[in-house]
Amino acid sequence: MTRFLLRRILFGVLVLWLVATTVFLLFFAGPADSVARRLAGPRAPIEVINQIKDTLGLNRPLWEQYVSFLGNLLHGDLGISFISQTPVTTLIVQSLPGTLWLVAGSAVLWMTAGITGGVISATRPRGLRDRVTTVLVLAGISVPTFILGMLMIYLALSVFPWFGLGPGPYISPLVDFRGFLQVMIMPWVCLAVVQAAVYVRLTRGSMLDTLGEDYIRTARAKGAPEHRIIYRHGLRAALTPVITQFGVDIGTLLGGVVVTESVFGLQGLGQLMIRSVRDGDLPVIIGAAILAAAFIVIANILVDVAYSFLDPRVRLA
Amino acid sequence: MSLTDAATEAEHVPEQVAVVQGKGPWQLAWERLTRDRAAMVSLGVIAVIVLLAVLAPVFAAVTGHDPQEQFPSIGLSPQGLPIGPGSGFWLGADSLGRDLFVRLLYGARISLLVGLLSTLLATVFGVVVGMFAGFYGGWVDGVLARVLDVVLSFPYLLVAIVLVAALGAGVPLMIFVIAFFSFAAMARVVRGQTIAYREREFIEAARSLGAGKVRTMFVDVLPNLIAPVTVLATLLIPTSIVFEATLSFLGLGVDPRTPSWGAILADSIDFFRVSPGLLIFPAAMLLLTTLAFNLLGDGIRDALDPRSDRLHTRK
Amino acid sequence: MSVLLRVTDVRKYFPIREGLFFRKEVGRVHAVDGVSLEVRAGETLGIVGESGCGKSTLARCITGLYPVTSGSIEFDGAPLGAKGFRRDVQMIFQDPYGSLNPRRRIGSIIADPLVIHRIGTKTERRRRVQELMELVGLNPEHYNRFPAEFSGGQRQRIGIARALALRPRLVVCDEPVSALDVSIQAQVINLLKDLQAELGLTYVFIAHDLSVVRYVSDRVAVMYLGRIVEIAPGEDLYKVPKHPYTNALLSAASVADPDLSARRERIILTGDVPSPISPPAGCRFHTRCPKAMPRCVAEDPRLTPEGEHQAACHFPVQPGEHLGAETPQIQQESTEPTVGRTESGVDDEPDRRGD
Repeated sequence: MTRFLLRRILFGVLVLWLVATTVFLLFFAGPADSVARRLAGPRAPIEVINQIKDTLGLNRPLWEQYVSFLGNLLHGDLGISFISQTPVTTLIVQSLPGTLWLVAGSAVLWMTAGITGGVISATRPRGLRDRVTTVLVLAGISVPTFILGMLMIYLALSVFPWFGLGPGPYISPLVDFRGFLQVMIMPWVCLAVVQAAVYVRLTRGSMLDTLGEDYIRTARAKGAPEHRIIYRHGLRAALTPVITQFGVDIGTLLGGVVVTESVFGLQGLGQLMIRSVRDGDLPVIIGAAILAAAFIVIANILVDVAYSFLDPRVRLA
Repeated sequence: MSLTDAATEAEHVPEQVAVVQGKGPWQLAWERLTRDRAAMVSLGVIAVIVLLAVLAPVFAAVTGHDPQEQFPSIGLSPQGLPIGPGSGFWLGADSLGRDLFVRLLYGARISLLVGLLSTLLATVFGVVVGMFAGFYGGWVDGVLARVLDVVLSFPYLLVAIVLVAALGAGVPLMIFVIAFFSFAAMARVVRGQTIAYREREFIEAARSLGAGKVRTMFVDVLPNLIAPVTVLATLLIPTSIVFEATLSFLGLGVDPRTPSWGAILADSIDFFRVSPGLLIFPAAMLLLTTLAFNLLGDGIRDALDPRSDRLHTRK
Repeated sequence: MSVLLRVTDVRKYFPIREGLFFRKEVGRVHAVDGVSLEVRAGETLGIVGESGCGKSTLARCITGLYPVTSGSIEFDGAPLGAKGFRRDVQMIFQDPYGSLNPRRRIGSIIADPLVIHRIGTKTERRRRVQELMELVGLNPEHYNRFPAEFSGGQRQRIGIARALALRPRLVVCDEPVSALDVSIQAQVINLLKDLQAELGLTYVFIAHDLSVVRYVSDRVAVMYLGRIVEIAPGEDLYKVPKHPYTNALLSAASVADPDLSARRERIILTGDVPSPISPPAGCRFHTRCPKAMPRCVAEDPRLTPEGEHQAACHFPVQPGEHLGAETPQIQQESTEPTVGRTESGVDDEPDRRGD
């Protein structure tokens, strides 16, 4: 177990190092002038270019820049934003709550809806409920997230304005709980609809596989009641892939729920990233990207560990 | 029953027909596809959208509205808000007084271009790489499989954002980024299929006849890959179109002035309460296109399904 | 008769690898473990054995599909893989569904060997394919059809046509009829016999069905765990089997031969075939042999070199001997049960002799 964990962590560190290196090369490889030009934009005067070259040390050899880049990264120093002149870590910490609340709230919704839908679908495959669910899933999967979000905003503002829902920046629940709900409900639902569709499919497929197994037949043969078969025997085993997927998704989403945050103007990590790309705010982009990669890597390690507990057949070598 | 007795019984041989031209698996699949109403309607919808995209300049000439031209005097109300659908602007005008209909047609060009081109690229490279890796196996295959897993486990939107930030937005980059992720999906499927076929007896038969590896791959493996590859490619097209729209919506896709469905939708965000058509028409175009490709893909999958093969084969 | 194929001490081991990157070898499957035999021009050599005994692997070594681990295979005096080998040695496969590419027309499948060896023009090839189809009893007009449109027997005929396209001298038939219905088996086997007479072919005929092998073969070799345990002219082997394993095989088979089955008692081998990853020392068969003696564990019996009828056994079965009448002489190291025996008439298993 320890050996497995160690190997897994080493692999994770390797992936992170590769990500950091790739990002570094993407932004800094090439002649200093063109790098600075790319950062400053095509219309920037030559003085700005020179200033950028100086502050970033672009005139140093590439490997020297790389070493200091990695060194800073290891110290948790992500640099200072070009635009707001604040440390990138501060910006990230400010954006984190929005993303965290969005993912947490939405996860509750989509897991509830997804697993329920999947179980309902799987208990009577090809029945009426299954077909209705399938159509809903297809809709959830085919509608692009941003269109769903825009339609929701349109409905909230034009058709049901009395709900008081609307897009807006993140408000802390400690400051204004009502305002928090008004801002968060739509993003929660929007993200949950898209995610739930995937989870219904996953749960349904996994349930159907499990219900076809021999030990389920044994349970039926010995006369166990149907609901007990489905919940005690079936669902428990069927949830393993669902939980695996859940872990991976949480990791991915924590790095920034880019589209949902953008549509609703919620200021989270994703929105921070998009804004920085538009503004050419390089240190923020790099910091956010590496943070996102770290979330994914960590989530994957946790999932692998959880998997070994959930599925007795998997033993870690 | 002894062997010699049985030998006297003639094996059933179909009686001679004047022209014996077998219906191939492709022909059978096509016949099944034409019987699938949803798939045929989808095919029709796709044909209309392609036609509209091709004819976009014609419509621009007929209406007299260049996609980039702004008509503040006739496209905007006296308060400066976009006007709705009417005789001059068939689907209304956007916030700058440009013709929404003409812009949507030009947007279709971008969507289809990105969707088809990136899928084509991904398919060609995915099939070749997946087939070689699967057929030759060994450590190259092991490394490739691992790399594909890592690529597919990363959220492509984040990767696209970083790439756009580093290299600047544009259609070629977008096609490349989308093609790269589609390629990973395609290569993985093709690799798996190739490995499954590699151990089949007809591959062994080809080897025993003295066929070279490359010939065996292209003559014996490739025809068996066409079915899964076609299905996956058809389903990758709508994914690519949505990806393009999403990137353009976020302002990371094509140049914001270029009419693209995602960019048109992003522009509409402050005005769709006044003029809902700004939201509804582009959204409908995007949904219709992706739905049509998805249904067509499903139809092709059903038509090529080997399980239904048996029902239709003549005995 | 001249020797067409000479197999000398051929071994084929498959490595078992573990691990993701370094793939270290953790064991070997001894699929073929020291086989020597000769095939004479114009004869049919049958090879029988249970599944997993290595007979298909041997076939694939002979046709060059698998490189051998050690030993040598000579075809017509030249080592395997020499020029012309691919044309002279062809193979007919077991599964008529798996051995034909479902996405290609049969005309193109049968023409494959001609195309690969660049023989003839397109029209010549087409004519040759139609000749071949006629030769194996297919309607040449079905040239453009797909394999799915043919029955199992017809598909096997397609496979035969493909194997004959290059006018080979040796055809290795790997269980060519075991996937077919019994009535169809007879037709395909008779076709193979007719073709042999017509074209002067030499066959290596692999099967697990003893009656099929008996019908087609001039000589028969019995394989067990990667070794040949007995090889003899067909009638000798069936009438006076020397190796206890051959006896057991024959007793279990449903041979439609009254004088064989009349004198037969059922010898039921108990226990499983030992794993070919770590085959037993000494005689491979000693763990299941009713006649096993200490010598069988210590000393590996060789095929008796003299004569046409050879058996690899220290204590060959004598005609009329009752196998298994006595209890095993030695205690096995393994916990596997050794042998069970039932007298004729008091079978506790259903009697299958009347099949």
